[in-house]
Amino acid sequence: MAGKPGRRRRRPGFAVRKAARKTIGPVSLCLAGRVRGRKRFFRPKSSTQSNSTEFAAPVTRIAARFAKTAKENRAAFVPFIMAGDPDYETSLEIMKGLPAAGADLIELGVCFTDPMADGPAIQAAGLRALKAGQTLRKTLALVRSFREQDKATPVILMGYYNPFYAYGVEAFLKDAKEAGVDGLIVVDLPPEEDAEMCLPARAAGIDFIRLATPTTNDERLPTVLRNASGFVYYVSVAGITGQKVGDAGVIEAAVTRLKTASGLPVAVGFGIRTPEKAAETARSADAVVVGSALVDRLASTLDAARGKSDMVVNSVLSLARELGSATHAARGVKR
Amino acid sequence: MEKLNTYRAGPDAEGRFGKFGGRFVAETLTPLVLDLAKEYEAAKKDKSFQEELDYYLKHYVGRPSPLYYAERLTDYVRDRAGKGKGAKIYFKRDELNHTGAHKINNCMGQILLARRMGKTRIIAETGAGQHGVASATVCARFGLPCVVYMGATDVERQKPNVFRMKLLGAEVRPVTSGRATLKDAMNEALRDWVTNVEDTFYIIGTAAGPHPYPMLVRDFQSVIGKESKEQMQEAEGRLPDVIMACIGGGSNAIGLFHPYLDDLDVEIIGVEAGGLGLETGEHAASLTGGRPGVLHGNRTYLLQDDDGQIKEAHSISAGLDYPGIGPEHAWLYETGRVSYVSATDKEALEMFQLCAKLEGIIPALEPAHALARAVEKAGEMSRDQILLMNMCGRGDKDVFSVMEMLEG
Repeated sequence: MAGKPGRRRRRPGFAVRKAARKTIGPVSLCLAGRVRGRKRFFRPKSSTQSNSTEFAAPVTRIAARFAKTAKENRAAFVPFIMAGDPDYETSLEIMKGLPAAGADLIELGVCFTDPMADGPAIQAAGLRALKAGQTLRKTLALVRSFREQDKATPVILMGYYNPFYAYGVEAFLKDAKEAGVDGLIVVDLPPEEDAEMCLPARAAGIDFIRLATPTTNDERLPTVLRNASGFVYYVSVAGITGQKVGDAGVIEAAVTRLKTASGLPVAVGFGIRTPEKAAETARSADAVVVGSALVDRLASTLDAARGKSDMVVNSVLSLARELGSATHAARGVKR
Repeated sequence: MEKLNTYRAGPDAEGRFGKFGGRFVAETLTPLVLDLAKEYEAAKKDKSFQEELDYYLKHYVGRPSPLYYAERLTDYVRDRAGKGKGAKIYFKRDELNHTGAHKINNCMGQILLARRMGKTRIIAETGAGQHGVASATVCARFGLPCVVYMGATDVERQKPNVFRMKLLGAEVRPVTSGRATLKDAMNEALRDWVTNVEDTFYIIGTAAGPHPYPMLVRDFQSVIGKESKEQMQEAEGRLPDVIMACIGGGSNAIGLFHPYLDDLDVEIIGVEAGGLGLETGEHAASLTGGRPGVLHGNRTYLLQDDDGQIKEAHSISAGLDYPGIGPEHAWLYETGRVSYVSATDKEALEMFQLCAKLEGIIPALEPAHALARAVEKAGEMSRDQILLMNMCGRGDKDVFSVMEMLEG
């Protein structure tokens, strides 16, 4: 019985989204998602935003970016790099070069000693960062520094809960917002633990990106999407990062299912390593996330470069450019 | 101490003991742990499940394990204690179980659950190798393939158990990440599980991890405490005054403690691994040397730095070498119902030898930690009092490494 009022509230919202999708197309997806979010979370700023179209102007960098890529009929390219890998300065240079290399959003890894969902590549990246003295505070400094030159590219921090918890959730959210962080992916915070950080993050105006996986069945999907915002990250395989990739047909079906159910853009990641696979994924997904391949490139160049950080930066950015072009050109539409 | 009507009601529906516990796992695993919780609740209500478990505990594991009055150790304590001092020391002899430790109580319960759920492949993590051996054993018994993740450091210092696992048909996969001990083995087991969600059951060896693991491991280990209560009534006509156990993750301890939690006259003491000494920072005492954090699916006390990075634990005993502790212990610590102390590597080594000489029982290095504080505690108690300690494992696995330390 307790669930009833909630259901009644949701229904009209869903109907509106459905109608909007039918008549307006992909651009409305993210807008509709925002509207849904606003219904439940008081966002004082959004109500005062002026708009030039018939829709409220996107208030978040994430929504604005997905509105742009949808309008251009292409998928967004989302590179992942580990903050502080191989050291603070080099990772800052890489990050600063990513937008020009085609990054539409940037996923920035927060290093942790025990990355339970990561494969060897990202485990090693985290260890390199830790060894170089990276901390969550320094990662926020990295974002702050990036924001001095780039005000538009959304930055999403991805990591495990304990460093955020140790920082203090409220203090972290305040500092992250000020630094220019747009979204969070916290691998070990499923919807069952929403009170920990998801709800406080949304109250603080930071999107909490939900992961959906092959084990997220129909029964569970509403739970996963309940407090979703920004976009939905579809983990294309049951497994750890960088190992294998899901079948294209299965991914496409999952993307469609998640878009319909969430009204949010859907990013696909875990195991996408080549421009070909990125392109294939970009035909159906709203965004393509590549992590391990870039991190592997960094690691292999690092060995060869023997401390020359510009070689490392250039090598990672050149792979990012290949992956970005493939992602952007996948639907046969020029930018 | 916080006054509660009962200390035995936890966890709540979200798997919390106070603020500890929970389900901090990746989305891929969440449906699996929810499913396991559901299946476990059904099994608990199913009389045939309990009957099957009881059958194997009796005929395969060898339960009930004896309650033993350690007379010469008691005399040893009394000789050194003040006038009228020196409590009677009893051992609950779980080291006599098949495979040599308490670990099999839990493995038997979990493999019957796995069978009930139709899972066809078993994975486990292990530190000292006792849980790995127990997992490999039940897998052999029920004909299921078994992969055991073990830190490379532990593979080196627990060679006899590695061979045992192989003999039992298990595949032992050495883990080289981190300091290559129990924590890293658990990370690797979780990575395996998240990759093989369809057919695999993860037998967690300690009362930690995401809900429902801390609860179900506790329940399966509670046979230790339950039996000891009955046996103590039979031997002494009353309950002990003090009960003690060693704690790494804390499964043998919670198994002994849980049935006694509401017997407020019984003082309960857990003994953590003090390593080279708490002041050195080289230890595995999460409660005395750590603070709350989130790792391996639950919120609990962890050894960590200011940035929330997990520190490496240190202990002479591979079974206690873990930077966390089961969430129920974290809660019992904060409520004050159980007190937690520690014993060093050196003290454990001394007790390892003392117990062998006085009682003809070679303890594992893990309960040798508990023994160090038990001997001390008994010396402070009066002669008419009773102290019960869980002898949770035997020392066969440790004799070679101890030999190297003493003679090498």
